[in-house]
Amino acid sequence: MGMVREKYSGKNKDISQMKKPVIDAQGVDLTFQTNDGPVHALKDVNLQVDKGDFVSFIGPSGCGKTTFLRCIAALETPTGGKLTVNGLSPDEARKSRAYGYVFQAAGLYPWRTIAGNIRLPLEIMDFPKPDIPERVEKVLDLVDLKGFGKKYPWQLSGGMQQRASIARALAFDAEILLMDEPFGALDEIVRDKLNEELLKLWAATNKTIAFVTHSIPEAVYLSTKIVVMSPRPGRITDVIESTLPKERPLEIRDSEEFIKIAHRVREGLRAGHAE
Amino acid sequence: MNKIIPVLTVLAVIVAVWYAAAIRMNSQWTYDQAARAGTEVTLSTLVKDTLAQERPKLPAPHQVVAELWNTTVEKKITSKRSLVYHGWITLSATLLGFGIGTLGGIALAVGIVHNKAMDLGVMPWAIASQTIPILAIAPMIIVVLNSMGISGLIPKAIIAAYLSFFPVVVGMVKGLRAPDQMQLDLMKTYNASGAETFWKLRLPSSMPYLFTSLKVGVAAALVGTIVAELPSGATRGLGARLLSGSYYGQTIQIWSALFAAAALAAALVIVVGILERAVLKKMGMAQ
Ligand SMILES: Nc1ncnc2c1ncn2[C@@H]1O[C@H](COP(=O)(O)OP(=O)(O)O)[C@@H](O)[C@H]1O
Ligand SMILES: [Mg+2]
Repeated sequence: MGMVREKYSGKNKDISQMKKPVIDAQGVDLTFQTNDGPVHALKDVNLQVDKGDFVSFIGPSGCGKTTFLRCIAALETPTGGKLTVNGLSPDEARKSRAYGYVFQAAGLYPWRTIAGNIRLPLEIMDFPKPDIPERVEKVLDLVDLKGFGKKYPWQLSGGMQQRASIARALAFDAEILLMDEPFGALDEIVRDKLNEELLKLWAATNKTIAFVTHSIPEAVYLSTKIVVMSPRPGRITDVIESTLPKERPLEIRDSEEFIKIAHRVREGLRAGHAE
Repeated sequence: MNKIIPVLTVLAVIVAVWYAAAIRMNSQWTYDQAARAGTEVTLSTLVKDTLAQERPKLPAPHQVVAELWNTTVEKKITSKRSLVYHGWITLSATLLGFGIGTLGGIALAVGIVHNKAMDLGVMPWAIASQTIPILAIAPMIIVVLNSMGISGLIPKAIIAAYLSFFPVVVGMVKGLRAPDQMQLDLMKTYNASGAETFWKLRLPSSMPYLFTSLKVGVAAALVGTIVAELPSGATRGLGARLLSGSYYGQTIQIWSALFAAAALAAALVIVVGILERAVLKKMGMAQ
C-alpha cells in the first residue's frame, strides 16, 4: 500500500500532495476469456479519483465502462495491474461497505415497499433495528421521495423507482457511489431533473461519485472529471478536469465554458473512433 | 353473466351428448331382453329403459346425480356406503402425501440450486422417477410396505408424495433461479451471505413458481392416492369404490366415485389458488 501511494504522489506532485486517492488504478488490464476467444475489455487503465470527485466515464458501448466500474466494486477481477479503493483491495473495500452501486435498472424487489427496499442493505449489514427507520426517512428525503415509503415499486414511475434505488445505495453511508447509466432508460425531461437533483445530493453528502453515461451534456454537466474511453481494447483516451464552478444551474449548459468542454469530449470520442 | 352463458352452453352440449351415448350404448341389453320376452321395442320404451337400467354400460347423468345425492347427503358420513367417508379417507392420504412431496420437493430444489453436484446428480433421477408408470410401481410399493407391516394411510401417502414432489422440484428450481444477474450482483455488493441471498431474494422470487407447481402437485397427489387404493384390496377410499364398482359391474357407483374424485381435485386446486392469491397479495406481488 505504501508503495502505491509513493508512486502516485510521485506522478501527481503538482495536484494533490496531501490527498490520497479514493480510487487508484495503475495499469489495470482485464481480458475476458470467452468461447470466441479473449476479449480485451480494459487495457492499461490509469486513473486517480480523489475524495469528493464526481467522475464520469463516457465512450461508445463496449469500451469497458461497466467493466471498470465492476472492477472497482469487486464484481470483476482485473487480470493485470493494480487497483485500490480507499487504499484497500476492491474486495476488502466491498466488505468494508465502501460503496453503493446503482445499476441501470432500478431492480427494486416487487415484494418489498420502497421503504422495505431501502431497508434491505441495512438488514443485511446488521444495522441496529431502532436506527433503521430514521435512516430510511433520511435517504427518502435526500432523493425527494418523502411520503412514498409505504408504496410498492409498481406504484411509482420509472424516474421515481430509480431515485428509490439511489436512496437504497445511500442508506448505509458508503463514501463512494458507483452509478452505471442510472438514467439511461429515462426520458430527457426526467433525466434533466434527476441530474440536477443528483448534483444537489452530491453537494449535500460530499460523496465521491463514479458515473457511467452515454451522454456528453450529462457528463459535462455533472462532472469534476470526465474520463473519455474508446473500445477494442477498452482504454482511456482523455481525462478532462472540468473548469465549471461547483454551483451549476441547468442554464450553465448554454455557457461558453460548458460548450468548450463538451467540444473537447466530442473530439476525444471522435479520436478514439478514428483509430 | 357473460361468463356463465358459454359455460352453461358447453355443459348442456355435454349432457345432451352423454344422454345420447347412454341410450345407444345401453340399447343392446334392452333389445336382448325384449327378444327374450318376445316383445317389440318402441322408441319410448327404448329411451325409458336405457336410462333406467340397474347396471348400464353407461349410466345416465340423472342416475349418477341420484347416486351422488344418495351416498353423500342421505348417508351418515361414518357409513361405509357414504362417499363423504371414502372421500375423507382419500383426502387424508392425499394431503399427507402432498405435504411430504412438497417439503421434499422444496428441499431437493434448494439442494439443486446451491450444490453443483446435486444439480448434476439429482435432476436426472428425479426425471427418471417420473418415467416409471405409476400403475407399475404403486402395487410394488404397497406390497413391500405391507410385508414390513406398514399399511393404511402411509403407503398411499408415499405414492401421492412420489407423484407430487416432481412438479414442486421443477417449479421451485426455476423459481429459485429466477433472480437475474443484476439482482445477485446487488446482493454481492452488500456482501450478503448465501443464506441471506436465499431468504431475502431467491425464496421470495420463487413464490409465484411454487404456487403454480403446487396446483399441479396437489392434483397429482390425489391421482397417486387413488391409484394406490386400487391394487391393495383396500375397502376404503375413492379408489376402492372405483375398484369394487368394477368387480360387481356397478357402473353407477364407478361414475359417482369418479365425479367425487374430480370434484375433490377441483376443490384442492381452488384452495391452493386462494392461498396463492392471499400470499402474493400480502407480498405485494398480486397482478
Ligand atoms: N462477463 C463478460 N464476459 C465476456 N465478455 C464481457 C463480459 N463483460 C463484458 N464483456 C465484454 O467486454 C467489453 C466491454 O464491455 P462493457 O464494460 O460492458 O462496455 P460498456 O459498459 O462500455 O458498454 C465488451 O466487448 C463486452 O462484450
Ligand atoms: Mg455498460
